[in-house]
Amino acid sequence: MNDPLVIAGRQLESRLFTGTGKFADHQQMKEAIERSNSEVVTVALRRVDLSGSGKHILNDIPERVTLMPNTSGARTAEEAVRIARLSQASGMGNWVKIEVISDQKYLLPDNEETIKATRMLVDEGFVVLPYMSPDLMAAKRMEEAGAAAVMPLGSPIGSNRGIRMKEIIRILIDEIDVPIVVDAGIGKPSEAAEAMETGADAVLVNTAIATAANPVAMAEAFDKAVQAGRTAYMNGLGPTSLHAEASSPLTGFLTPSGGDA
Amino acid sequence: MMSFYHVYEQVKNQPLSDMFHEVSGADVESVLQKDALTQDDYFKLLAPAAEPYLEAMAQKAHKLTLQHFGHTMQLFLPLYVSDYCVNTCKYCSFSVDNVFPRRRLTLEEVEEEAQAIAEMGIEQIIILSGESMKHSSVEYLTEIMTVLKRYFSSVGIEIQPMDQADYEALTASGIDNLTVYQETYDETIYRELHTKGPKRDYRYRLDTPERGCLAGMRAVNIGGLLGLDDWRRESFITGLHGQYLQNRYLDTEVGVSFPRIQPNAGSYEPNVHVTDKNMVQAMLALRLFLPRAGITLSTREKAALRDQLIPLGVTKMSAASSTKVGGYAQPEDTQSQFEISDERSVEEIRQLLFQKGYQPVMKDWQIMS
Repeated sequence: MNDPLVIAGRQLESRLFTGTGKFADHQQMKEAIERSNSEVVTVALRRVDLSGSGKHILNDIPERVTLMPNTSGARTAEEAVRIARLSQASGMGNWVKIEVISDQKYLLPDNEETIKATRMLVDEGFVVLPYMSPDLMAAKRMEEAGAAAVMPLGSPIGSNRGIRMKEIIRILIDEIDVPIVVDAGIGKPSEAAEAMETGADAVLVNTAIATAANPVAMAEAFDKAVQAGRTAYMNGLGPTSLHAEASSPLTGFLTPSGGDA
Repeated sequence: MMSFYHVYEQVKNQPLSDMFHEVSGADVESVLQKDALTQDDYFKLLAPAAEPYLEAMAQKAHKLTLQHFGHTMQLFLPLYVSDYCVNTCKYCSFSVDNVFPRRRLTLEEVEEEAQAIAEMGIEQIIILSGESMKHSSVEYLTEIMTVLKRYFSSVGIEIQPMDQADYEALTASGIDNLTVYQETYDETIYRELHTKGPKRDYRYRLDTPERGCLAGMRAVNIGGLLGLDDWRRESFITGLHGQYLQNRYLDTEVGVSFPRIQPNAGSYEPNVHVTDKNMVQAMLALRLFLPRAGITLSTREKAALRDQLIPLGVTKMSAASSTKVGGYAQPEDTQSQFEISDERSVEEIRQLLFQKGYQPVMKDWQIMS
């Protein structure tokens, strides 16, 4: 597909971003990432052993991918910023997915703190991709602050409930200039396709792959679904209607037809 | 200040133990159809009538845990730093009345213990001690944290209850989680069992988890010591306590443990015999009631049972634990708090987890202070 997504100057052929949490082991994670063709992989910095000793999750992430360390565990902008700095200092590049969650029950992001963290990290030269609760004004502020993409949730993280926030995400797709990556809540390949058909630039999937009975095969299913959804979006979905087209037109009298005149 | 005590007051005079027997199998079946559980629903799952439905509860608990926590299991170890204690608890070996040579680790000894634990591959620990403000003081804990934070990514405490300002000082030193068990939520039994010392203050202990939340602890872990009173009633109130904290302190991870009384130097006989089946029911009901709560499983339980409990909702386990002060560097000395039942090494537990399809998580935070 000659339809690359460009984020911070990087060309991405695959529009499926994947995560590294919740897998039964690193080998399975590695195979799933490989099969997904994903080129952007997020990893929770809090789970990375920064001491440089022994087994490292990063050793099991294919080299071709762009690492997107995330700040999960942060409850404030300040904590997110400190985690991002640690990540950069440990040589994990300058991409960062900001995750600021001060609600441990639903794990919903704190947009206000996220905007603050976005501002601070953009100033420090990071490529910032904030994870957010879908909201137009918040997304605008993240964009103004210099976010490289905005990542609204489809449903609460890990809920596998699909794109419940679709109407708002549709508005973000229309109104925000930087790429929109639907992150969290996608439970099935069909839902990933749905997000892409709606016009999302990419989706991020973790739980649905990691907790599938066969994560590697499921990674492939998501890859195909994302491609299918993107192709459908690019080629103009036909109009849909709940009702059959009316058979006797009401304005037919306006069309001159030969004979009667 | 708001307090869970007000919630407790509403249930304490209700004949809960009798009410459990009024729950029917049909009640339980209808609860199992629901996605989100009310307090009443939780109550029904703790009733004897729910016992025939344990398999259905287990399937649901397993699915929910997988969905929220994935195929992962946190591993941690307890680090006993002092066995000085000012309380008399009838069921505990550290009681002030039990005569044995007491000790508190010096800074050097703490470092030796830290090295021994870190060599096992463990990065998350909980500092434990007997309850003594003099020995397990804020100053002492802050001092040992300067050593511990070089070895570990997360350090918690399970010591005597403290004031909010103390907890604020401790979180500033890098301590990020607090465990405090109420032992029993029954105020009368509580006073019978805790005959001497500051621990007699039921209300102060009850409000301890809340003070931890207010002080910015990242995680707070609660529980009742099963065997002191009717476990169904205790589990119900523990669940209410967890829910109370979750609803008020959104940014705190609330966790629950189900410790059962183990043999100890005081030769205390439990009031209530809590069977494996009972403990499983308590754990499953809690998972269905609070799907996002952490559940910790310690080495108090036997290896064979622990293996079976792993997929039922547990999110955090300990391994190769020593309940003695200085027990990792010098295993042969001093009095243990209670006898552990699972002696397997960290490596054995890691292999077991992989075999069961779980990724052992050794690190889940980063001390930033």
